[in-house]
Amino acid sequence: MASNGIKDKVAIISIGCTPFREHWDKSRDDLVIDAVKHTFDGVNLASEDIDAYWIGTAQSGMSGLTLSMPLKLEGKPVTRVENFCATGSEALRQACYAVASGAYDTAMAVGVEKVKDSGYQGLNAFPIPTAGTNRTLTAAAMYSLVLPAYAKKYGVDEGELRMVVAKIAEKNHFNGARNPLAQFRREMSAEAICDMAAVAGQLSVFDCAGVADGAAAAIVVPADKAYEYTDKPLFIKALSLVSGNGSGLMDPEYDYTTFPECAAAAQDAYLQAGITNPREELALAEVHDCFTPTELILMEDLKFSERGQGWEDVLNGDFALDGAIPVNTDGGLKSFGHPVGASGIRMHYECWLQLRREAPAERQISDTSRNLGLVHNLGGYPGEMVSFVSILGTEKG
Amino acid sequence: MGGTTPSGVRAVCSHDEDTATMGVEAARITLSSLSGSINPAAVWFSSSNPPYMDKTNANVIHAALQLDTNAAAYDFGGAEKSGIGALKAALDSSKTLLLIQSDIRTGLPSSEDEGHGGDAASALLIGGEDDGDLIARYLGGSSANEEFIGRWRNPHEPNSKSWEERFVVTKYLQLIDSAWQEALSVTELSSRDISTVVISGSNNRAKNQISKILGVEKPRIDLFEDVGIAGTADATLLLTHALETSESGEIIALVVLSDGIEVLLFEAGNQKNQSKDTISSQINSRNEITYQRFLQWKGNLDVQPPNRPAPSRISASAAARESEWKHGFIASKAEKSGMIHMPPSRVSANPEDRIDTMDPISMANTSGHVVTYTVDRLVYSESPPVVFAVVDFVGGGRIPIELTDIDAEDISIGMEVIPTFRKVFTADGIHNYFWKVRPARQ
Repeated sequence: MASNGIKDKVAIISIGCTPFREHWDKSRDDLVIDAVKHTFDGVNLASEDIDAYWIGTAQSGMSGLTLSMPLKLEGKPVTRVENFCATGSEALRQACYAVASGAYDTAMAVGVEKVKDSGYQGLNAFPIPTAGTNRTLTAAAMYSLVLPAYAKKYGVDEGELRMVVAKIAEKNHFNGARNPLAQFRREMSAEAICDMAAVAGQLSVFDCAGVADGAAAAIVVPADKAYEYTDKPLFIKALSLVSGNGSGLMDPEYDYTTFPECAAAAQDAYLQAGITNPREELALAEVHDCFTPTELILMEDLKFSERGQGWEDVLNGDFALDGAIPVNTDGGLKSFGHPVGASGIRMHYECWLQLRREAPAERQISDTSRNLGLVHNLGGYPGEMVSFVSILGTEKG
Repeated sequence: MGGTTPSGVRAVCSHDEDTATMGVEAARITLSSLSGSINPAAVWFSSSNPPYMDKTNANVIHAALQLDTNAAAYDFGGAEKSGIGALKAALDSSKTLLLIQSDIRTGLPSSEDEGHGGDAASALLIGGEDDGDLIARYLGGSSANEEFIGRWRNPHEPNSKSWEERFVVTKYLQLIDSAWQEALSVTELSSRDISTVVISGSNNRAKNQISKILGVEKPRIDLFEDVGIAGTADATLLLTHALETSESGEIIALVVLSDGIEVLLFEAGNQKNQSKDTISSQINSRNEITYQRFLQWKGNLDVQPPNRPAPSRISASAAARESEWKHGFIASKAEKSGMIHMPPSRVSANPEDRIDTMDPISMANTSGHVVTYTVDRLVYSESPPVVFAVVDFVGGGRIPIELTDIDAEDISIGMEVIPTFRKVFTADGIHNYFWKVRPARQ
């Protein structure tokens, strides 16, 4: 990988996040305004104090007008970005680079999605005119392909593996129950999830992320000015993105037990941040648990587990709040809900709360010796995805 | 089946098939048995149930079979008799022609049409000695016509109506002698020369009585118990079946009762269709479906679809650009690495290849096996759930693709599958044709 990174050049000085809900009574603009207001309130800034904006939304709006009109911005540059379910992280990434380049002193990234107005289940892509030869399978079904492949490769009983991924949902529901912003705040037992009807492969509805409306926003400034705004900024240690070439769909070598884009993005981020043992060095990780098998595979691609060991580490509780490396302490996509354009920034919001020790007491992680957090955000499907990884820290190196 | 319960089983067009896709599959069987390559001058498609009016359905078949650009494509639509009319016109032509006759039978639940009908397609390659050894030689035939109202269906109506059967039988009985004698006369044959009489038509009583008149105890060739009466495709389906089981030199009479009588006499040749997909083998490898599913596929029972958006219509220009892939299942193979790309690509995923160094490669007749699979109960489908598999092809190439003609519980890793041309969905009246895979017949 060839990336220089922008370690310790940029800092996040404020983040805000709306509750993720079926917001029947809030429009897209309401959600944007709520998230931005929450973010400004943290640092006593107003929209005119921000030099440039990025708005991430997968399909709730087009162009920078999606942000400039509801905020009534005057003469500001606003760019709308989209990168599948990694859209929110992409907006933040662009804002960070703009500040790191010296072009702007303050930049804001906003992510928003209003998905529940469609009246349909799940996420549904914008229809682009095609020849009709593209695959039409749901994302749930695509990710369900992981389980039989993983079970076969590592000799795990399929029934046992099904319970392993249900344990991931159980953990994320446990964490989400301790998060007032989360969509689903009820604990769910793995056994109850296993008893539910399958909707895609072995997966039940409760193996799928919640689909919610929501928005989140963050302000970034040059690292050396961060303390002018807050006592506890978070410094950007690494930003990486890999957009796959889709070869997994046509290459018989691909076996559906890894997401190469995620492994490559993590490798790049660890190099930028100087991390050699992520499981030992990271305080927490917020990862893209769109479906329960996704989180299992990510534990190995992000090197929190050895290859073929992730399932045992899940059963061992390694990723629980009090585990070796807590994962998705806010409930993840599973429980927090997944407004596509907002989710990436929401993940950074949880790192912000945890690393600043501002998370609600019942889910605040206890290890105070580590000060780095990781965000992993992907978009797409096994064999064809974009993958984002960032690493944040409380100390400027 | 509903009210009437005739004996035997019936062939049913799947939810993702229509008369064009069934015709493509029939033609693939016919063409696959040829040793050399033959380029027909035209493909002629006959059906009383065409997927499109105005637009030529034969063009889709032409594209799926990847026929030569200069091969013509025509529809012979409307009446059931259009099939036999096309056959006679082809036999009188000096050209090499691919004939496809296909039908989907309709009928209200519990009607006799529903109980008797079978969905089928047949494909015949009509040519001369120059094209190779013949499966059968056409000796000559006759027609006997008279206007009478027997069966009818207006455009836009799904189901046919019939006049009282006894009247209709009378009309056929009045015509048979003239038709039969004329056929014998033009071919200079006598009844004793005929070894097999094949009688096709929608009216079972008329068929039985005429078989007695012609001195046949029971027509030797009959697919009523295994397929049903296949409308436009019925006559050529029965003829094909007769030729699969006949001895060289046998004289076969094909008698078609359809708004008049057509008689065609053939002499079986030395050649046989070499494909393993004979009519008998297809009948023996059938899947059974419930009556509920049958009603659903026939459009007589609407069921609640998953709460997902129905697909949008496809783009005509995009479909035309991608026609080789979409209709022909033509992938690309990198010159240097040999990596097969499905869909075809100008740029290889293998970095040792250079841009635009790909050759087309047809995957339509290549078998593969299931690497992994899933069952999607959430996605929109005209017959949920969708069974979906990652398939690796013999000789290279992989695609995640829908698996059809299978129940969700019957799929397994390693299962052998072959490509099949299907209708994925219809939106704004445009049929979206593309390839799926189905289990290989054993």
